Amino acid sequence: MGQITLENVTKSFGDTDVIPPLNLTIEDGEFCVFVGPSGCGKSTLLRLIAGLEDLTSGTIRIDDQDASQVPPAKRGLAMVFQSYALYPHMSVRKNIAFPMRMANIPQDEQNRRIEAAAKALNLTDYLDRRPGQLSGGQRQRVAIGRAIVREPAAFLFDEPLSNLDAALRVGMRLEISELHERLKTTMIYVTHDQVEAMTMADKIVVLRAGHIEQVGSPLELYRQPNNRFVAGFIGSPKMNFVTGAEAEKLGADSIGVRPEHIDIADDGPWRGTVGIAEHLGSDTFLHVHDTGLADTLTVRAKGEVGLRHGDPVTLAPQESQVHRFDAAGARLG
Amino acid sequence: MARAVTPKQKAINTGLAWTIGLLIFFPILWTILTSFKTEAEAIASPPVFLNFSWTLENYAIVQERSDYLRFLWNSVIIAGGSTILGVIIAVPAAWSMAFVPSRRTKDILLWMLSTKMLPAVGVLYPIYLIFIQLGLLDSRIGLVVILMLINLPIIVWMLYTYFREIPGEILEAARMDGAGLREEILYVLTPMAVPGIASTVLLSFILAWNEAFWTLNLTAANAAPLTAFIASYSSPEGLFYAKLSAASTMAIAPILILGWFSQKQLVRGLTFGAVK
Repeated sequence: MGQITLENVTKSFGDTDVIPPLNLTIEDGEFCVFVGPSGCGKSTLLRLIAGLEDLTSGTIRIDDQDASQVPPAKRGLAMVFQSYALYPHMSVRKNIAFPMRMANIPQDEQNRRIEAAAKALNLTDYLDRRPGQLSGGQRQRVAIGRAIVREPAAFLFDEPLSNLDAALRVGMRLEISELHERLKTTMIYVTHDQVEAMTMADKIVVLRAGHIEQVGSPLELYRQPNNRFVAGFIGSPKMNFVTGAEAEKLGADSIGVRPEHIDIADDGPWRGTVGIAEHLGSDTFLHVHDTGLADTLTVRAKGEVGLRHGDPVTLAPQESQVHRFDAAGARLG
Repeated sequence: MARAVTPKQKAINTGLAWTIGLLIFFPILWTILTSFKTEAEAIASPPVFLNFSWTLENYAIVQERSDYLRFLWNSVIIAGGSTILGVIIAVPAAWSMAFVPSRRTKDILLWMLSTKMLPAVGVLYPIYLIFIQLGLLDSRIGLVVILMLINLPIIVWMLYTYFREIPGEILEAARMDGAGLREEILYVLTPMAVPGIASTVLLSFILAWNEAFWTLNLTAANAAPLTAFIASYSSPEGLFYAKLSAASTMAIAPILILGWFSQKQLVRGLTFGAVK
């Protein structure tokens, strides 16, 4: 079991309120991702759940038990850190065994779980090495192994992939998702990378300045962003925002269209010149200038498009995919 | 960027380094040489350097007159005891300063260090009286405690510097893994800080071994360590340089050998944290 409930949770450092009153429920077995720009309080929130930071006020419940004053060691949660935080003086085996040693689990059972975790994480050949002799990806696997063996109520991940190179990151992302499928244990995952959030989460919590901007499934956030901030944060490349007459025509202060929802069409209402064209093979990203709508409109065209720098282009937004926002940035309709 | 050094510059630097090194080492060398001279040669003017009649007589006399091993044993107990006690107290202190600092941590550190600026003689009288009251005069336990207190600020400072280099996330990981404070310090922090703790122990041991003010003033016969052994030869019957030198050589030999073998550790320890 691993349902985690935050009730009116606040956190202040001195006079600075990092987390204003915040309510959130993470269901048992859910993969929940906290995402937001740096400094939005997502890591602080995770550390509050872990017990590594003290609450200023409010309540944290783990499986309906008030855990607000429970020390981190007793919360039954496991955490994977950005820096891996392995014990450099211990072998991989001892690193993985450490939480079980602390819990006085019998040696046979410890060995059984170590072998199982090592097998699942491809670490069997490295059990007697020190962390210093491993690559970044292997270190992160050891950190995950150390978290798995204690069979926690929930896993907490604090930007676990940001120290890895791009290729490894994609691989580890899949491994973590598979791990979740297999264990069905609650996972809370903090990242600033919206791609990680979109690909891994059951539920995304978008944070800004300690506030929850929106909670929902990846596709809910993609299709129905609550406000301009979420609209701009979720999706890559970023949503285009247009203000002025074009927005007023639709009764909004600003409108947003995702790059994939703008078509290149001869009879389109928007005209501009192609700036940079990024050819990815599967897609082409066109950065269109001089439209009179915004500095740059990003357009995602399927496949290869024969447009070059300086070419004129006419564009048509897909009307059903236009998001409307009011002056405060909130979604209209 | 590496600076270009001409062979000539290098020769000058090397020469200079050797000169300074020899200058610093000279008193010790002279003491050792004098210990092999006769008393007459020891005070000869102009002084003789190497062309004297080498003799072991001084060592024989010193050994005969006083029980070197008893003084040595006292030194070991006092230096070792105060070091162990100091580290046991300083590890938790440095832990809290390094990992849960408050707004006043820096001030406390400075205040601790400031106790080293007070001339020891300023507190001799009260401490002497306290020692009489507690029956600690001329006891090894009393010296262990006082030398521990004297070196504690330095031990805490050094350990604090080492601990600051250890990433806090690793200790947090230990906490998440179910370690209490005791397990965290015992199984994670201390093993990681072993190089730092080792050089701290070494320095504390050397400082306690060489400490002369308190060891001379608070001991008589029972607890007297090697410092008292040396002092007993600058004695009432007049100066006997050769015997004094022999006693000094015997007193500093153990720590000199220890220092020689551990110099790499010591240099690394003392410059740790200075360069990042």
